[in-house]
Amino acid sequence: MNFREYRIGSRAFGVAFGLSMSITLFFPSFDLAASISSEVGLDKQLTSGWDSGWQLADPLLNGLNKPLKVLVRKDPKSGEPMEPVYAYVYPAGTSLPNGVTHTANLGKGVEELSVKQGRITEARKESGAVFLIKKSDQLLTFEDKPLSYMENATATKGWTPDEVLKQAADSDILHAGAGKTMFVREGCWWCHTLLPEQTQDWQVFGAPPMLGDFNGESPTAFGSDRKGPDLLHVGSRNASREWMMLHFFNPRLVQPHSIMPRFDYLWGEVDADGKKIDFKKWRSEYDEYREGKITTPPDVPMYAKDSEIRNLIDFVINLK
Amino acid sequence: MILKYLFAKNEAIPVGSAAIFFGFSAIIWFMIGTGLGSFNAAKLAFPDFVTGTEMFAFGHMRQVHVLAVIFGWISMAFAMAMMYITPILGNTRLWSEKLGLWNCMMWNVALALGLTLLWMGVTSGREYSDFPWPLDLAVAAFITIPLAVNVWMTIIKRRTQGIYTTNWFFAASTFMLIIVFLVGNLPEYFHLTGLTEAYMTWWFAHNVLGLWITPVAAAIAYYVIPKVTGNPLYSHRIGHLHFWSIVVFYSTPAAHHLMSAPLPEWLKSFASVEGVLILVPAIAFVSNILLTMQGKWNMFVENLEVRFTVVGVLLAIPLNMQGGFQQTRSINWYIHGTGWMVAHAHLALLGFSTFLEAAAVYLGLQTLMKRKLYSLTLGNLHFWLLLIGFSTYWVSMTIAGLIQGAGKIYEVPYIDVVIAEHPYMIARWLGGTMVFSSTILWLYNMWMTAREGTVIPAGRMPHELAYER
Repeated sequence: MNFREYRIGSRAFGVAFGLSMSITLFFPSFDLAASISSEVGLDKQLTSGWDSGWQLADPLLNGLNKPLKVLVRKDPKSGEPMEPVYAYVYPAGTSLPNGVTHTANLGKGVEELSVKQGRITEARKESGAVFLIKKSDQLLTFEDKPLSYMENATATKGWTPDEVLKQAADSDILHAGAGKTMFVREGCWWCHTLLPEQTQDWQVFGAPPMLGDFNGESPTAFGSDRKGPDLLHVGSRNASREWMMLHFFNPRLVQPHSIMPRFDYLWGEVDADGKKIDFKKWRSEYDEYREGKITTPPDVPMYAKDSEIRNLIDFVINLK
Repeated sequence: MILKYLFAKNEAIPVGSAAIFFGFSAIIWFMIGTGLGSFNAAKLAFPDFVTGTEMFAFGHMRQVHVLAVIFGWISMAFAMAMMYITPILGNTRLWSEKLGLWNCMMWNVALALGLTLLWMGVTSGREYSDFPWPLDLAVAAFITIPLAVNVWMTIIKRRTQGIYTTNWFFAASTFMLIIVFLVGNLPEYFHLTGLTEAYMTWWFAHNVLGLWITPVAAAIAYYVIPKVTGNPLYSHRIGHLHFWSIVVFYSTPAAHHLMSAPLPEWLKSFASVEGVLILVPAIAFVSNILLTMQGKWNMFVENLEVRFTVVGVLLAIPLNMQGGFQQTRSINWYIHGTGWMVAHAHLALLGFSTFLEAAAVYLGLQTLMKRKLYSLTLGNLHFWLLLIGFSTYWVSMTIAGLIQGAGKIYEVPYIDVVIAEHPYMIARWLGGTMVFSSTILWLYNMWMTAREGTVIPAGRMPHELAYER
């Protein structure tokens, strides 16, 4: 750098670029780090687990290393019927969510409650854990809403993942965590946003998300390019598994004008009865139906319990 | 052929080898990227087109298209431009042809691997930074850092006193790209979550466009127009204004991509104001280049490279008028997340920047191979197919976006929006397919140039020779 101007220029460049980094990264980090996890946020991160994008424990995004969301109707210890409550079951070996491993992520108030009353720091990946969401009497300072916090039911109540899963019917187990992996892998978010907008969308897609609704969730999969309806609250609009099943197998069965791709390949090889699914036959019959040769479309095979489509439907239904 | 030189002595490698390999790689990635784009567009117009296989599902291919054109076509064309323009402007040789060739090979390998994984669904789930973090680190180590080192060392070892405008941009942009790449992917290395992750995703996406694609494309125009027309750059002072306003204004508005997310309001307002200030570098750039054309406007018609460059510069006008204002709250309210944004993104990448890079690749390959372009007819056909294809795409998606925006604010049932958009989806597919076809012609033309183009005598510029076909 032979000229004095270039020395000055390089320094000026450093100052300008550094200043812009400070304003866009350093300053916002205080605000973002101060967000207090809402009940929605706790539910999301406990449902989706450590990460829904690429991770070492699930390199091909098959929905591994994921918790299960279970509706508990009977006390897993005594077997007595109880007020139904959702438990987030992390079988042994499943990575714990961000809020458990990095409790500061939960935000002021929620962190103290979750650690002291919820005993979440006692949870261990090796032995697995069961989490619940509890409401406290403390109010959020600015919203007058009660703070919710995480409870490690394995520590407080002695519920083990195996006991909770054993007492639950299959229909009470939501594979929503693995479903979010499917949502990311299949690129659903290239067309469906998870972000109703702040100034519109209220009547059709529901309320926009609030600060604290995302703590610990990764990726948020907001989406940017909407080619289909927003899905943040889709489970509140439509909770029919039958409709979802038809719609995923071939969207044109329930919505003739839909441009959504068919996701029949997520059914895998076999249906719920273990019979091989004949996709070729199904498609040719569907083509005959579309051409008007037959009056009803072929039946959509019932998906197997461990199929990928089950995960995805569980995830979508769970978007309340 | 590339293998022959990878282990040769640096002095034994012919001057310009790295740039030539980068140039052809860029064209091939352009063909792949636009081919995927055309295929994806067909799926949006005709949803039952190639169905029922995971590998050909829209959600598996959309991001492959985007990253193939950004990191394959655009960035490799940039690398190509840097490999030959930087030494010319420094009156020297490229610091290391060997590093350039290794860079080119590793780039192709890393990108092919990354895109294959992405196609399989192996993704971080973050738009524009879709690669999982090990690949991000590979991109930094094998793509961005070697490129930057080569450019910086060439500038440091230059044999001129001053540094020309183009080289300021090249030096600064390669540096900023490394920072943006490493910092923008922090959420993946350190598992940052929630809004932080969402914001950093768009911080990365915004800055890759603002601090890499826009300034480097502009830098190419600063070289091509004076070089080919023979006019000196209209004003170096305006060039200064452009450079510094890019660094200051273009690096700050990342939050305007998330206007409807619960980010801090001060950050959104700040981003919005800074976003309007993007007009400062834009006006400086466009006026500077167009004024440089004074007295040589006949070359806009007669010369292919000038025509590509000037069209790119002219497209920067609507691009920045949209870009400056569409991110203000009132307009963002209407068009956020609609096809308008898709049109705008293609205006930036397929309009503005692609035309400038095409000019650099045309000029550079002819200069380095010392061969006149094989066929003017094919060159013209490439230009018009690209321009008409792009315009069809841009206009149809803008209209579709406005329909979608109206549907959004009046809360029309979404399926009615889908029905209303259908004709524009077909137009988009036709436009995209024209662009794809044009790249095939281009590749053929450049390949034939390498083999059969008229030899350019030493000391002559390509445009000084007449076309033979």
